[in-house]
Amino acid sequence: MSDATLQREPPGRPWRAVAFEWLRDNLFSSWTSAVLTLLSIAALVTIIPPILDWAIFHAVWSGEDRAACLGPGKGACWPFIASRWGQIVYGFYDAVERWRVDIVYVVGAIGLAWLMIPRLPVKLWVGIAMLTAFPALVYVLLSGGMFGLPIVPSTKWGGLLLTLLISLTGIVVSFPIGILLALGRRSTLPVIRILCVCFIEFVRGVPLITILFMASNLLPLFFPPELTFDKLIRALVAVSLFSAAYMAEVVRGGLQAIPKGQSEAAAALGLGYWRTTAFIVLPQALKISLPSIVSSCISLFKDTSLVSIIGFFDFLQVIKAGNSDPVWSTPNTAFTGYLFAALVYWGFCFGMSRYSAYLENTVGGGKVGAGRT
Amino acid sequence: MSEPLAIELSHVNKWYGRFHVLKDASLQVKKGERIVICGPSGSGKSTLIRCINHLEEHQSGRIVVEGHELTRNLRAIDEVRREVGMVFQQFNLFPHLTVLENCTLAQTWVRKRPKAEADRIALELLERVRIKDQAQKYPGQLSGGQQQRVAIARALAMEPKVMLFDEPTSALDPEMIGEVLEVMVELAEEGMTMLVVTHEMGFARKFADRVVFMDYGRIVEEAPPEEFFANPKNERTRQFLSQILVGH
Ligand SMILES: Nc1ncnc2c1ncn2[C@@H]1O[C@H](COP(=O)(O)OP(=O)(O)O)[C@@H](O)[C@H]1O
Ligand SMILES: [Mg+2]
Repeated sequence: MSDATLQREPPGRPWRAVAFEWLRDNLFSSWTSAVLTLLSIAALVTIIPPILDWAIFHAVWSGEDRAACLGPGKGACWPFIASRWGQIVYGFYDAVERWRVDIVYVVGAIGLAWLMIPRLPVKLWVGIAMLTAFPALVYVLLSGGMFGLPIVPSTKWGGLLLTLLISLTGIVVSFPIGILLALGRRSTLPVIRILCVCFIEFVRGVPLITILFMASNLLPLFFPPELTFDKLIRALVAVSLFSAAYMAEVVRGGLQAIPKGQSEAAAALGLGYWRTTAFIVLPQALKISLPSIVSSCISLFKDTSLVSIIGFFDFLQVIKAGNSDPVWSTPNTAFTGYLFAALVYWGFCFGMSRYSAYLENTVGGGKVGAGRT
Repeated sequence: MSEPLAIELSHVNKWYGRFHVLKDASLQVKKGERIVICGPSGSGKSTLIRCINHLEEHQSGRIVVEGHELTRNLRAIDEVRREVGMVFQQFNLFPHLTVLENCTLAQTWVRKRPKAEADRIALELLERVRIKDQAQKYPGQLSGGQQQRVAIARALAMEPKVMLFDEPTSALDPEMIGEVLEVMVELAEEGMTMLVVTHEMGFARKFADRVVFMDYGRIVEEAPPEEFFANPKNERTRQFLSQILVGH
């Protein structure tokens, strides 16, 4: 907004006049807005400096144990985070085997970046590889037991590794399932429609914790031990199905926004249901629902912290466990841990949100729905 | 003489729930014939022509299009849709595809044409409707008249034997109606079988071989335009014409 205002000014206007006008138009345009502006400034002035003081200016940056962080006037205890770094990133993964996790991180990061940076070529192939070869690689590397790699049981996986694994699996698996559920809910075949409605409404009516409990404690009661999969796999399935129900409703919202004329025109051209859906209806619907899809992904990312309740040491749980470590026990330790956790969660979520904003402005060229007279 | 029929409707009935929207409608259209359908709003004109390519399903009677009878059978529906193109009042272009892609998508997936051939055919048709220079734009960047001409090209790219038009100019600003009607007249001169729902009576007079008048779901009258306009037989037709011609 401010950019546009500045650009429209004829060249050569003194910047003071420009700044004054901007302030007047944006912050002091009326009595209410002036009062709100002043209140906001007052709030920021009271909140921000103490936080900065505590987190940066009076923080402790190095030390071997709690001794460094104890004492009056001391702020955040950052060496605590540094000492826990291994657990935060890898959980309890065997230290000598952590290079396997590093490979997963690096390959994953390169693959994701490749898909997200518009200029890079052969996106389709990279995408296919990320959806097929990459999960296989992750499985082989992390579990081991093949190619001479020692087995590392999934109970030892944890920290950021586990959080990213669960949330990315949840997002990637729930997306196609959610689309199918949304289509099923609009199906003309009553059996399919009823099944989809029941699934969606059941899952949405139950908290994620309950579903996780069912997956971890209830399933083993009903199935013989040979048939119950690894607990992590059960958690992954639970999270994916949970997220799929929400994804389905988000996508359905997008589908409903597409005028009936679109599928009629496609039908009149001889395109069948699946092609009409794949080429005409879904691309438009997904573009409309993109902001909500990303919201769902962000919620899911944060909700993965609930797996700690069924005994997993995810990112947040590792930090929480560290907070009560006697070696680092100081009044500031827990705050430091949670501030760090908050910053990391915020970083990932803000990244997703910005990327979605960027996509909204670029995907698909023409604006959906534009140009109807 | 027994000329082959492009479309034959006999005793077609259709209900929306309990509402009887098409009542015993019968119509025969010869190959290459140009039919204009008119009638008051809500009289079932759209429903009638949408039954011809099975966008709506009729409940009794027979509909035969280019020798294929429309039944519940999906194969029959596919075959009929191969022969029939349709142009809608609201254009219904695909807003996320360029003009060219709008015209090639169905060629690629339904006619299985290679991309180069589909592009060539699409560009030829876009040239014919005088809009080739906009091929790379998105529909939202075009005027209504241009969009409707693209919609005509898109339908023609499937090489239909019959074209259905449902009020193709009703959503257009007046100054754009002419350019669309002109394209339709050219199409008719090439011998296309056309069914046009329209309120453009001047156009109907020049263009149509026969004018069909519908009221309350019935085909009330059908006659060549000279006779239809000069000497309508039915009282409802006369009322309708006097109302609609006052405005012109
Ligand atoms: N999907 C539908 N469900 C119920 N009634 C409908 C539906 N579509 C159209 N109608 C009704 O059928 C009648 C005929 O509609 P239509 O064929 O669109 O008329 P026209 O094109 O002549 O204006 C109208 O009264 C309309 O309200
Ligand atoms: Mg109509």
